[in-house]
Amino acid sequence: MPEPPHGPGQGPAHGLPPDPHTAVAPTGGPALDLASSEAQTLEGGQPPGGPGPEARVGSLWSDAWRDLRRNPVFIISALIILFLIVIAIWPSLIASGSPYKANLAKAQEGAEPGHPFGYDVQGRDLYTRVVYGARASIVVGVCATAGAALLGSLLGGLAGFFGGWGDAVLSRVADIFFGIPIVLGGLVFLSVITSGSVWPVVGFIVLLGWPQISRIARGSVVTAKQNDYVQAARALGASNGRLLLRHIAPNAVAPVIVVATIALGTYISLEATLSYLGVGLKPPTVSWGIDISAASTHIRNAPHMLLWPAGALSITVLAFIMLGDAVRDALDPKLR
Amino acid sequence: MTVVNEPSPHPATEAPAEPLLDVRDLHVEFRLRDGVSQAVNGVSYAVRAGETLAVLGESGSGKSVTAQAIMGILDSPPGYVTAGQVRFQGRDLLTLGREERRKVRGAQMAMIFQDALSALNPVVSVGAQLGEMFEVHRGLSRKAARQRAIELMDRVRIPAAAQRVGDYPHQFSGGMRQRIMIAMAMALEPALIIADEPTTALDVTVQAQVMELLAELRRELDMGLILITHDLGVVADVADTIAVMYAGRIVENAPVHDLYRAPAHPYTRGLLDSIPRLDQKGQELYAIKGLPPNLMHIPPGCPFHPRCPRARDVCRVDRPPLYEVTDPGSVADAGGVGGGGRTSACHFWEETLDDE
Repeated sequence: MPEPPHGPGQGPAHGLPPDPHTAVAPTGGPALDLASSEAQTLEGGQPPGGPGPEARVGSLWSDAWRDLRRNPVFIISALIILFLIVIAIWPSLIASGSPYKANLAKAQEGAEPGHPFGYDVQGRDLYTRVVYGARASIVVGVCATAGAALLGSLLGGLAGFFGGWGDAVLSRVADIFFGIPIVLGGLVFLSVITSGSVWPVVGFIVLLGWPQISRIARGSVVTAKQNDYVQAARALGASNGRLLLRHIAPNAVAPVIVVATIALGTYISLEATLSYLGVGLKPPTVSWGIDISAASTHIRNAPHMLLWPAGALSITVLAFIMLGDAVRDALDPKLR
Repeated sequence: MTVVNEPSPHPATEAPAEPLLDVRDLHVEFRLRDGVSQAVNGVSYAVRAGETLAVLGESGSGKSVTAQAIMGILDSPPGYVTAGQVRFQGRDLLTLGREERRKVRGAQMAMIFQDALSALNPVVSVGAQLGEMFEVHRGLSRKAARQRAIELMDRVRIPAAAQRVGDYPHQFSGGMRQRIMIAMAMALEPALIIADEPTTALDVTVQAQVMELLAELRRELDMGLILITHDLGVVADVADTIAVMYAGRIVENAPVHDLYRAPAHPYTRGLLDSIPRLDQKGQELYAIKGLPPNLMHIPPGCPFHPRCPRARDVCRVDRPPLYEVTDPGSVADAGGVGGGGRTSACHFWEETLDDE
């Protein structure tokens, strides 16, 4: 049997009160029958079904949620993401102008009252463009990550759990997709699509992104599957579905979350790369990636054009990575 | 208890009731990359309701593999049951479908694992893990299952069960965790519990408490108990019968007191002699020489012969069957005419028995 990945020494830590229950139980007490145990229950002032036990017991997710609400890293990152989502949906809330309105006389000029970020190469207000660009970047990042994570962890998890020829086939297919250079693949796949909207880009990223997640998911399911508690649950009559959903998935999800949040940042910048190459998003779609690539040729005479969209991109990526980190920690009860 | 040596009918003198669990001539092999490992080679034993059978043996003697085959949780591949029967409550489990076997597990027979820390899911609270038994097999709601979980924790004497039901396994001490394992195994009051080295990971004082709890629950629920261990000290108090395994075979099977008083197999004698004793302080501790055989190349003849102080030529070529042992010192075998339920797989069991 493989050793568990954790030592027993991590015991009661992190603010648990000194625990009298870990002391050895008194032995030689009265005969063990349900009547006496019920009496103890009543003495303890705990009527069956009372609020005491109910308040303490929750599923993994509700316990994690209670943890997250007290975690400043989670609160900050969640607020940033919430803000980004709001402006992605209603950009006019904080930017009154149009991202397309150009004033060539002001091209590449810096900040001035009413235009805090300055102007881009065509004299469009950079602040408005950064605000409007959030939508494309968030949609690409979130949808591509969600799609790749769902597809990848579903396929990888099933392959890891059941093994056999299905696993072999899936792993080889994943290897093939893994071997496609992402930029070359983008040039080939996306050059035939002329729409310039976000959905072909999302689809392409999911197509090339799922093997990475499925490898991680497969590996961690294979590791979790070998744990004694899976064997124990099977010995107590749990079905395959229950083993996979209740015993393996929660123990295998942490690496997937971490990789997915990091991938989210990569996907947003991948969108920028593809847009730069002219196969991703295309004007009139507004995105940080388009603006970054447009600004990159003017970095010496107008660095602000690069700075603001790149800064927005960095903060977004950072917020998602911090969120992923906090969620991963909250899902691990040993860190509580 | 009747020792079922080969697939044979029970003696007419015995009670006609079939034993709760009757393992007959079980063979298990592991098909590995570098060969076939014969882990279990014809094990037969039986357990009646309310009885405790201790299965003794070194690491690698096949005791745990036999248990896994009985439970139907053998990892396959690489493990395969190649022959034999596992008759449980009158049915041969090996012929049942997968779904039927799953329903037997947990409800009719359950297993307690050695290391409760790794056998409990670290991310699920103990209350939820205990309650899962009722959700899976009895279809109880989550809330009702939680209530039953608290009752169970009370029953295995975990203090303040109602407060601790939401705690996670790592928040309990080793002894408490093993109690939770026991509570999980007995949740649905199964007819048979297999305890695979339940106390090996615990310190000595807690070992005694856990064994006592196990024995108490067995009495109360009239369960059959198979206690797998390599610790002779643990079994003396709780077992009714002992089966000693070596290289995937039963080498001796005897009522517990008879076995301790006069072992009928040199391997058992070696095991008993290697227990440290206070009255032999200062002397060198006895140890059985050599190593258990490689299960891919089990020696011909008696598998124990390379390590046996009594080995003679016949032992190198002739594999001893399970001889019935006549033991005049045994209570069950008062006249010394056999029928005391003792067997030994040694050509020279009589000499071994008389040896002091």
